Amino acid sequence: MSSITPQDIKKEFFKSKMGIAGITILSILILTSIFTMVLIPIETFQEWNNPGSWITYPKTAIPVWVNLFLFEKIPEHKILTQPNIKNAANNEINLSSYQFNFNFEYDQFPNDFIYSYSSQYVNSPLLEMSVIRPDGIKLKLVSTSLPYSDVITIHEDKIFSTDAMIKKELFLQEEKFEFKIDKLSAEDIVFSKTKVNEPLKGNYVFLINLYEINEKSEITESNLIIGGKAFGIMGTDELRRDLAMGLLWGTPLALFIGLVVSIASVIMGLIYGVYAGFKGKKTDETLMRFNDVIYALPALPFLIILSVTISNSIFVMIGFLMIFGWVGIAKVARSMSLQIKTRGYVEAATMMGQKDSKMILKHILPQLLPYAFASVAISVPAAITTEAGLSFLGLGDPSFPTWGQILHDANTFGATARGLWWWIVPPGIMIAITGLAFVFIGNALDSIINPKLKR
Amino acid sequence: MKKYIAKRAATMFGVLLITLLITIMLVGSNMDTILKQGVVFQVRSEITENPEIAQSFSSVQEFEGYIQDRTDERIKNLGLDEPWYSPQRIGLTMYKIILLDFGQATFLTSDLGSSDVKEIIFEKLPRTILLFTTATILISIIGIFVGALSASKIGSTIDRITSSFAIISSSFPVWWIGMLMIFLFAFTYQIFPARATPDIPASSPEYLGALLYHMTLPLITIVMIGFGSWAYLVRNFMVGIMQEDFIIAKKAIGIKQSKITYTHALKNAAPPIITILALSLSGSLGGAIITEAVFDWPGMGRLYFEAITVMDLPVIIGATYILTVFFLVSIFIADLLYGYFDPRIRTNTE
Repeated sequence: MSSITPQDIKKEFFKSKMGIAGITILSILILTSIFTMVLIPIETFQEWNNPGSWITYPKTAIPVWVNLFLFEKIPEHKILTQPNIKNAANNEINLSSYQFNFNFEYDQFPNDFIYSYSSQYVNSPLLEMSVIRPDGIKLKLVSTSLPYSDVITIHEDKIFSTDAMIKKELFLQEEKFEFKIDKLSAEDIVFSKTKVNEPLKGNYVFLINLYEINEKSEITESNLIIGGKAFGIMGTDELRRDLAMGLLWGTPLALFIGLVVSIASVIMGLIYGVYAGFKGKKTDETLMRFNDVIYALPALPFLIILSVTISNSIFVMIGFLMIFGWVGIAKVARSMSLQIKTRGYVEAATMMGQKDSKMILKHILPQLLPYAFASVAISVPAAITTEAGLSFLGLGDPSFPTWGQILHDANTFGATARGLWWWIVPPGIMIAITGLAFVFIGNALDSIINPKLKR
Repeated sequence: MKKYIAKRAATMFGVLLITLLITIMLVGSNMDTILKQGVVFQVRSEITENPEIAQSFSSVQEFEGYIQDRTDERIKNLGLDEPWYSPQRIGLTMYKIILLDFGQATFLTSDLGSSDVKEIIFEKLPRTILLFTTATILISIIGIFVGALSASKIGSTIDRITSSFAIISSSFPVWWIGMLMIFLFAFTYQIFPARATPDIPASSPEYLGALLYHMTLPLITIVMIGFGSWAYLVRNFMVGIMQEDFIIAKKAIGIKQSKITYTHALKNAAPPIITILALSLSGSLGGAIITEAVFDWPGMGRLYFEAITVMDLPVIIGATYILTVFFLVSIFIADLLYGYFDPRIRTNTE
């Protein structure tokens, strides 16, 4: 076990397919983490649990790429923020016009549409909203005057497709359709063919006009949301959160938890075990009894009680995971150091009167390094799955979007029963892939250290 | 050997006491508050039941004072006036728990409506044992067979499939696979029920059948995820043994490969396998908490989870105790088996 030099291990490691596969997956994960931390705005992480910051996104939307495999295209959720602005003046009347162009190529009606704006004006301008459809028909949707004001004010409002005034306006234009529209919702009328109630594909223009006499008024900020059932690469969840963001942020978190827990436990276990084995006699006996006690504690119930009673902060949790992580390693490290202790050069060094600390650090620990690396790699998946499991039970740190936390939310909102596979499958696969990377690396190292298994 | 057993037993008992102590320390202060609130509630409800007492007070202060006195008196009688960390109280609590007297549950009840923690636990325990023992036995049978098969043909397709399946399956969390299985076989294809709790009362004769039917999905899931790593483990033991001289000698005198694998090699690989079997039984009990929560299997794990969710402390303490006892007993058995099969362990007293 100790006759191999680090160079040999490196050479052997890169010869094994498993080792290369593990390293490749791990590098991809690390790159993803770096990408996430550098390029994804940190707000998506901090505001993960703030429903207000996800309000413009759709509820439980399917990933957009699913449309590639479907004949009947599911409408995508569109957030249009940049209207074309035109200003015109006719005698005393000032007109500012805002146009949203978009292409609608789907086989289902959208969920809804929402127009939100903030406008700056004096007096009481008239706001008119209409839509020009691909077949050339222009439907008037809203015609309303903004609340009167003497001084320049900023008025913010939202127009929902469910508003009664839209319904009323549409009802006045009933003759344009060859079917009854009184029971249909606004989006089912606006996006419908005139002959039958089916979605009409093509280019739509939503037109918002602001009329004002003598005064100049404008809409400073506006956006139009066409509520769809598909959004983003990974879809969204019940709380309208973009799952792609959650999955991306989960990567550095999982790597952090896994690596910190396993590295710390291995270091603790190594030092503890080596010290016990090296000292021997009473020290060994006492230390190993204590080790037995920790070993015999049922880990999961204890982790649960600890997280409920003390704290469920992710950092405290890492500490708890370490308590149960070092035990097995200490046992192996002890028996290994018992063997190494009997070797000639160690005995020689003892006779020369070297200090204990120096003996352990210089002569015994280096021999155990290959084993240490293998155990780090092997214990990472356990740390990640345990944390995920605790989070899944709802005992994790809710302020961090870990994969376990996403699965917990999925379970709470009954994602399995509702068939929301995009909420369940990706987080689990990410957990498994991350685990797999470390298992591959660990196994490759292990088979180099214990060559017996290879034959 | 006797000394060895005695020593292990003493350690195990020590661990049990320590576990209990830590549990009580962790939930003790909360438990204290809950008990005291219970006393106050009791006193107040007694007064509302007897209007005469309530009418005999002339002012609110007098009324409150009366309640305070009565409460203090009871708290003193129950020994709750001492802080929860006082040695007498901890000692008494531990003594009671060791004798399986866990008291009354705060919120949870058994299926039959009893709120005695002992009854609740002993109602759930057999179901957990049923599910996880069945699963472990199936896993070990399949695992040993597949493992021996791939060890006899190292490097073959079967060996490679087994090894890669073992590695891949071990990195999936069981509960996640459980969610997928429910998604696939309970909702997409409606073959099995989604909730593993049978909806007929426990007293009816069809209950056992219903329970077994509801058990299928969790059982399949646990076995599917579990047997791979078992097979891999058995394979690695066997590979080690196949390289021993006596096996090579047997090969040389012309004994059939399959006979060597299944009789001589497997027999020699038995000790570590049995040891791990005992350990994995207890390990599965710990994992039961999440698995049962996912499948809604009405056993100890779900009980534990429910108790944690509503902070039903007597149940938490009781369930932790029982889980620890099971865990320790199986570790103890594993230890003894190991010592029995491998004499080096028990003679090495250093």
